[in-house]
Amino acid sequence: MGADSTQLRVGRIAIYVLLVFCALYYLAPLYVMLSTSLKSLDEIRSGNLLDIPLHPSIAAWSKAWGEACTGVQCQGLAPYFWNSMKMAVPAVLISTLIGSLNGYVLAHWRFRGSEVIFTSLMVGCFIPFQVVILPMARLLGLMHIANTTTGLIFVHIVYGVAFTTLFFRNYYVTVPEELVKAARIDGAGFFFIYSRIILPLSLPIFMVCFIWQFTQIWNDFLFGVVFGGTDAQPVTVALNNLVNTSTGVTEYNVNMAAAVIAALPTLGLYLVAGKYFVRGLTAGAVKG
Amino acid sequence: MSAPTTSTAQQQGQHVSAQRRLHALADLWLPRLVLSPTIFASLIFVYGFIGFTAYLSLTNSRIMPRYTLEGFDQYHTLFAIDRWWVAATNLGIFGGLFIGICLFIGLGMAILLDQRIRAEGALRAIYLYPMALSFIVTGAAWKWILNPGLGLEKMVHSWGFSHFSMDWLVNSDMAIYTVVIAGVWQSSGFVMALFLAGLRGVDDSIIKAAMVDGASLPTIYRRIVIPALRPVFFSVLLVLSHIAIKSFDLVMALTAGGPGTSTDVPAIFMYQFSFTRGQLGLGAASAMMMLATVLAVLVPLIYLETKEARHGR
Repeated sequence: MGADSTQLRVGRIAIYVLLVFCALYYLAPLYVMLSTSLKSLDEIRSGNLLDIPLHPSIAAWSKAWGEACTGVQCQGLAPYFWNSMKMAVPAVLISTLIGSLNGYVLAHWRFRGSEVIFTSLMVGCFIPFQVVILPMARLLGLMHIANTTTGLIFVHIVYGVAFTTLFFRNYYVTVPEELVKAARIDGAGFFFIYSRIILPLSLPIFMVCFIWQFTQIWNDFLFGVVFGGTDAQPVTVALNNLVNTSTGVTEYNVNMAAAVIAALPTLGLYLVAGKYFVRGLTAGAVKG
Repeated sequence: MSAPTTSTAQQQGQHVSAQRRLHALADLWLPRLVLSPTIFASLIFVYGFIGFTAYLSLTNSRIMPRYTLEGFDQYHTLFAIDRWWVAATNLGIFGGLFIGICLFIGLGMAILLDQRIRAEGALRAIYLYPMALSFIVTGAAWKWILNPGLGLEKMVHSWGFSHFSMDWLVNSDMAIYTVVIAGVWQSSGFVMALFLAGLRGVDDSIIKAAMVDGASLPTIYRRIVIPALRPVFFSVLLVLSHIAIKSFDLVMALTAGGPGTSTDVPAIFMYQFSFTRGQLGLGAASAMMMLATVLAVLVPLIYLETKEARHGR
């Protein structure tokens, strides 16, 4: 009994040590980013990756936000940060709304062929986007929305709807069919049932969908670099240009401040609503 | 006197039935109408565009598209380019290691976290936060950490290990492994979350019965729990292989394909030939090869999974 319980305790301690070690591994890069961003270049050169900043300064932050060069232009990340906002917010709202209506149809108003349609829509979740960007570039050019935020919003909606439809459809099939059927017998129509029965039940899935879509669209790089041009460039593209600029002295503190700035919106969402984020990830993966 | 009232009743009746018919008609067509823009968009922007890319890959398009079919010339050219094979090999190395290590770490952490751990929520949140970051941010962070002069190497030197060398970022033989390191850091927490959700779904009573029979914990995991996680393995493989094949941003931020072309992957090859080298036809052919790779991995997986699910029922 005594030996057994010591063994058990040693085992428990080993588990905790391993888990904490893993936690440190995941936290270290964030710590390095933050501490580097608060150091001066001299301190970075003389000190160590993990050293705590001795004279913390936000100089690198203000430079990253307002003055750093991302390629030819030197306005910092600020304009691109707002580009990303102007792109992500409408794209998230519209793709979520469309997904909700689609999901409602596919879950409660099935018709002949609707299952086949659902399956063929899901193909859009799987394709590598490289296989559609060449024709999309042509089309955006023809529509005169190439290199604009409008063009990027359009692209993100078109390729986001497959995911939002999947989320909402899988959520709405859990709403009892009898509820909808009873309302239909009472004479309630398509939109009445949607607004009075389905929507009030939908807050959690809307949260999941908003967060998933925002994270996807904010973090996108491929569409941004291909369709963004210089004027509508999102923050990920600007960050990449900043970090990979090879002229002059590399200012690691500015690079790291810029990386944290680009990460802040999605990281903030994760901290505030992590529960929904995890649910979206698992829902998207298990069915998708 | 009664005639007008009956006629209004009749009119009312007709009115009601007309309204009913209208309702029925609306219920029949509204769902299709609501879904139709999405169907239309999918037909054009997914299926139509894949067709367009396939067509382009059969033409001799350079900077501008040309529409005369030339057969499979672009594919012959593609397969004769060394750089394409470098990219394909890199995808194999990166994909294999990335998926393998993520599975190992993810499953390991999920099993450890499943042992009634205090502060499980906080630990889970820490493991998973990298998933909220952009691959560009991850790439920038690891590019700095792995910096040969000032990063990890210098830190370990200052601890007294002066022979330690960490020059993978600038070493063309090793650079692809830095992509694996950063990719695993970003995605393994996500794999953990999927496995943990799967573990929570395993029937407790079977485990308890096995324990009563005297089975040890490792045996229970090996013989009962892990086999029960089969569907989770499928989804994890599905998602990870998808991330690996699409990988573009991470490589761009971390190494930009370099040194030289040593960390080229198909996604970067496609981007550069299409948009900076003006070889649209070749770019389209490489994009089609990427699609073929995705299909070659996903179709058997999905087939196996659905077969398994039907079998299980």
